[in-house]
Amino acid sequence: MSEAAVRPEEALYEVDVVVNGVRYVRQVEARTTLADFLREELGLTGTHIGCEQGACGACTVLLDGRSARSCLVYAVQADGADVVTVEGLGALAPRARRVTLDDGREVELHPLQEVFQAHHALQCGYCTPGFLIAAFEFLRDNPRPTEAEVRAALSGNLCRCTGYQNIVDAVLDAARRLAEEGAGPA
Amino acid sequence: MKSAAFAYHRVRSAEEARDCLARYGGEAKVLAGGQSLVPMLHMRLVRPAALVDINRAEGLDRVEFPPEEDVVVIGAAVRHADVLRHAALGRRLPILREALALVGHPAIRNRGTPVGSVCHADPAAEMPAVLALLGGEVEALGAEGRYRIPADAFFLTYFTTALPPEDVAVAVRLPLPSPHTGQAFAEVARREGDFALVGAGASVRLDEDGRVAEARLVFCGVGDTPVRAYEVEAELAGVRPSAGTWEEAGAAAADRLQPEGDVHASAAYRREVAARLAARVLAAAFRRAREGPDAAEVAGPNAADGGASPAGRNDAPDHRGGLPE
Repeated sequence: MSEAAVRPEEALYEVDVVVNGVRYVRQVEARTTLADFLREELGLTGTHIGCEQGACGACTVLLDGRSARSCLVYAVQADGADVVTVEGLGALAPRARRVTLDDGREVELHPLQEVFQAHHALQCGYCTPGFLIAAFEFLRDNPRPTEAEVRAALSGNLCRCTGYQNIVDAVLDAARRLAEEGAGPA
Repeated sequence: MKSAAFAYHRVRSAEEARDCLARYGGEAKVLAGGQSLVPMLHMRLVRPAALVDINRAEGLDRVEFPPEEDVVVIGAAVRHADVLRHAALGRRLPILREALALVGHPAIRNRGTPVGSVCHADPAAEMPAVLALLGGEVEALGAEGRYRIPADAFFLTYFTTALPPEDVAVAVRLPLPSPHTGQAFAEVARREGDFALVGAGASVRLDEDGRVAEARLVFCGVGDTPVRAYEVEAELAGVRPSAGTWEEAGAAAADRLQPEGDVHASAAYRREVAARLAARVLAAAFRRAREGPDAAEVAGPNAADGGASPAGRNDAPDHRGGLPE
């Protein structure tokens, strides 16, 4: 067991990762989750952490283009990967809208984010980033979904404000709008 | 919660994984999709000295149909989502698609792996039941080289398999159905994507006279391993199905089960559900054997009840982790 010469808690592993189009190289402990890495190392606090056991979906990000629970992936596993968080969603839109936040920052909103706002599909907003990422992947793969398909696709995300009906309405509306624009969500 | 510290090894081959596991003398765990293992690490139910990450190991990400063998070989790094999207696999072994669509949620299926699910050996999970139903094998690599463990010798009890901790599972081998065979899988869960309260899978092969040449029936969620209904399978052989055949078989199979009750469902409820599910999957497998794979959707209670998905329902389980920020 020669590896034990370095105690595991002291070992650091390099992570070379692209997040929202920006490359980062960091040294992390093996047990650092991708969720904690995004929030604490990179300051990208849009990704939220709920249950840390894969049940709630608040931490969902795109990992090499597919949705993944960032609490169930260790940061070291993302070495070499391409990650998109909710902060990077707007940049994936065919026509993103630029808006100015209260603090003066300008950001791009994905149409999904706009319809969530329009349909009052967020209350406290804690679960919203995960819902947006899950909905993005879903509409990319299924641009003309039925309501039942939307409900099934979002069944891995929990909203404790119980705003599900509005969330489903928003995703169906996003599908209609994106279809009218003649473009998928990406 | 957070995982306890561990060493991390990203291996490039199955051989390297085996050597790494051997060096740790069984104190290391294989990390494939991690969708069951990582929560256990976070809750510190397991505290391995090291994780051996096989996600980038050469050759483990393949789905193969070896020539002159009626099997599909699914590598240990192949994900549920890859299987669900695999056109040839969906055509040649449609029960796999039917069962894996019931595993977790899209983000879970994007990471989790069928082989990992088999090795995790949760008795409520779908993939171990499918392996048991089809009579598949786990292909492993140990100090002496590659070897195979048949399904009926693989599952020992809850979360415990015959795979030694120093050896690495490299694939599962699943027999492809012969002609005039139909298969089906269905389950009842508290909400879409949850583990099954009870699940059932069936395979029915018919002879030229329309009699049952071979029937197989398996349950998940009713014991410490997947449970094959061997006695009922034997009773069905040679039978010409009539009205009531499948209901009687389902009831007979459920009578022999000894499920445990828990906070989600009583033992009596599980046995009742098992009887109905068994009848349903046997009937669907029979129709598919007779009419082809497109016949007879298996509408489980979850599928039939459009309101059963969680979006729109306020039945989210309580998360003791809370929502800090």
